[in-house]
Amino acid sequence: MRIAWDQYPAAANFDELIAPGGMPRPGASALIDFLAALGPQELAARQKAAEVAIRAMGITFTVYHEEGGSIDRAWPLDIIPRVIALDEWRRIEAGLQQRAQALNMFIDDIYHDQRIIRDDVFPRMYLADSANFRPQCVGVDPPRGIWAHICGSDLVRGADGTMYVLEDNLRVPSGVSYMLENRQVVKRVFPEVFEAAGILPVDEYPMHLFDMLRALVPSHVEQPEIVVLTPGIYNSAYFEHAYLAHQMGCELVEGSDLAVGDDDYVHMRTIDGWQRVDVIYRRIDDLFLDPEAFRKDSALGVPGLMRAWRAGKVALANAPGAGVADDKLVYTFVPAMIRYYLDQDAILPNVPSYLCCDDRQREHVLANLDKLVVKPANESGGYGMLMGPRSSEDERRQFAELVRAHPRNYIAQPVISLSTTPTLVEGGLEPRHLDLRPFILSGSKVRVTMGGLTRVAMRKGSLVVNSSQGGGSKDTWIVDTSVENAIARS
Amino acid sequence: MLSRVADNLFWMARYLERIENLARLLDASASLMLDLPRRLSPGWQPLITITGNMSTYNELAADYSERAVVRFVVSERKNPSSMITSIAHAREIARTVRDILPREVWECINELYLYVDEHADDAAVKRTRYAFLGHVTACTQTLTGMFEGTFSEGDALSFITLGRNIERADMSSRIVDVRAATMLAAGNEDELLPFESVLWMSLLHSLSGYQMYRLRMRERVYGTGVVRFLLADEHFPRACVCCLRRVEEVLHRLPNSQPLLRRVARMRRAIHRTQFESLGQGQLHGFIDRLQLSLGRTNDELARIYFVARGAPPAVAPDQVA
Repeated sequence: MRIAWDQYPAAANFDELIAPGGMPRPGASALIDFLAALGPQELAARQKAAEVAIRAMGITFTVYHEEGGSIDRAWPLDIIPRVIALDEWRRIEAGLQQRAQALNMFIDDIYHDQRIIRDDVFPRMYLADSANFRPQCVGVDPPRGIWAHICGSDLVRGADGTMYVLEDNLRVPSGVSYMLENRQVVKRVFPEVFEAAGILPVDEYPMHLFDMLRALVPSHVEQPEIVVLTPGIYNSAYFEHAYLAHQMGCELVEGSDLAVGDDDYVHMRTIDGWQRVDVIYRRIDDLFLDPEAFRKDSALGVPGLMRAWRAGKVALANAPGAGVADDKLVYTFVPAMIRYYLDQDAILPNVPSYLCCDDRQREHVLANLDKLVVKPANESGGYGMLMGPRSSEDERRQFAELVRAHPRNYIAQPVISLSTTPTLVEGGLEPRHLDLRPFILSGSKVRVTMGGLTRVAMRKGSLVVNSSQGGGSKDTWIVDTSVENAIARS
Repeated sequence: MLSRVADNLFWMARYLERIENLARLLDASASLMLDLPRRLSPGWQPLITITGNMSTYNELAADYSERAVVRFVVSERKNPSSMITSIAHAREIARTVRDILPREVWECINELYLYVDEHADDAAVKRTRYAFLGHVTACTQTLTGMFEGTFSEGDALSFITLGRNIERADMSSRIVDVRAATMLAAGNEDELLPFESVLWMSLLHSLSGYQMYRLRMRERVYGTGVVRFLLADEHFPRACVCCLRRVEEVLHRLPNSQPLLRRVARMRRAIHRTQFESLGQGQLHGFIDRLQLSLGRTNDELARIYFVARGAPPAVAPDQVA
């Protein structure tokens, strides 16, 4: 039996693979034909093979509050890839580069002259209330004025096909290792398609990451010591920390491995004594980085690390304080930043947002709670949100109180009916909602991953894609359609 | 190399070696039970004596039945040296040093954990036990091969080799101690009864040493011969002296190893000087006791020199000193 694409439910949403009328989208035809020829049983067998591979490769993510000794779960991957044509991707890539550039200029400005505030583009009061503004960072000059070296921006596509930026993760964004591993697994599962379609490789990321980190040290320093700083194996992203350290050939260190000397240099404890560290790719949140500067109870950090960083004796990526731009309220100003710093229009639009700290906008939000999504300004991972259309009256009342009490802490957005893509579920292929997290590296060049991590809500109708809340993932294919067209012509 | 990583690699190797030793020990014990008349059988208790944790065992089990002992040694998570605890520890550690392990090593350890976890019941059943233990041994041997075959010579391999050989020396001496207590107590080995020879052969089998013994000693299997072979042979990889020699070789490559080298050399000399033929069972036990103590001290000294913090970080950066 073959997969009958005409049976695939034509959704009200934008579907990433199937255009209205049942035709494949640009870049997807090789995949669609291949899947149709496979049939459901063979597809199920390949999904099984992928799961076996994931288990054997030990690709895991950690879930909090799991019982017993097993603290991690196999990474959930749906084998049906998500496809974006290269032409469209180039535009998205340019939009992300533009965005990362403006965000870095904003952070640097905020910790120096605050021109953007003085010129009345960004209101001072929003900064005063920001949970992620770090007074300890004022006046510091990180190399090249770059603060957010690694940025993960979440993209969603609306019903009309517009790709929106939903949020920018500038603190310690995670997920890139799964993007890389998903590709490894899907290459094993669908080798036939990789031969035919022009799928662009994603594997260069660890090399680019290393180059970017290397460039944070003056070039005359030979063989600088670059390390990845992890909170340890109980962190949900530990797999990724180890993975990236491995791929880059760097030491994976914990806070207890490091110490700051009286010379303000950072050293790591080795079997042959102390050794100097030049660059730290830190995967620990600001507030836990240095008990001397931030939370005194942090056992994860390194006492004196901020002192070393401020003295320019060690480079930190991302720089402390970069999170000031990782705030849903600041997010709403990104298009304005792009205009202000780069004198350009934003290539990628934001999702329209209402600021609850603005009186008029707040009233609108409160009057339309049943139609909007209300989000806390400083949370990530999809926690603490109100999904208006699916909320109970009680929940809406609670949120109305929260919004009135802490208007600075909330923004609201219309519900975007996220695009869908065929996903393997019991009984065949059905549309499921998804998003996309590309990663942007900012160094001497701004580079974007080829695609990114596609996250998919496995439950029918659900819009929640977070792996901590039952979301799955997909391999993301950026397809060079000139290859497709050449095959079609031949 | 980071002190914490060296520490982790050392213990990962110890745990992996322990799993293999447990598998061998179980296998040899099980096959011995099949060979002996019931009245002469040493029973399953020695297995608990060898692997330690007698008090934990007594809390959990009422007798030394085959089922209870095998369960305790293989799948009891409350037993700190059971097979499942050891592989779980090795896997947790491997996770923390995953960035420096070749990928196949991690995959192999992960698979071994899943296998032991899922198939532990096979060990309790006579019919499936052999296959289970064989698979575990094959996996650990594969890992040893991977360490030798895919790791560049360097600090990582050094600490793995140290861990493996210290654990091996420890386990070999424990096995000799407990088995010899059962057998030498009987007295004069000139009058070895046929089944006593079987007992000594089982001891060799548990360390995969039977063929090597025959090739090396070129004489029949007898008590002190076996004890000498397993403690003092320079070339059999599971003999204490051979393990110590390998420890020494590694220490020569590591910084600050002088005190450790002296200690290990003393242990080797002590074993070589011992006239095993003239030792009574009590004296042998005393000797092995001191040997184990010394191995423990070696372990502690390793930790002191390489794993634990030493002093404050430098006040002046190293490159400024030079």
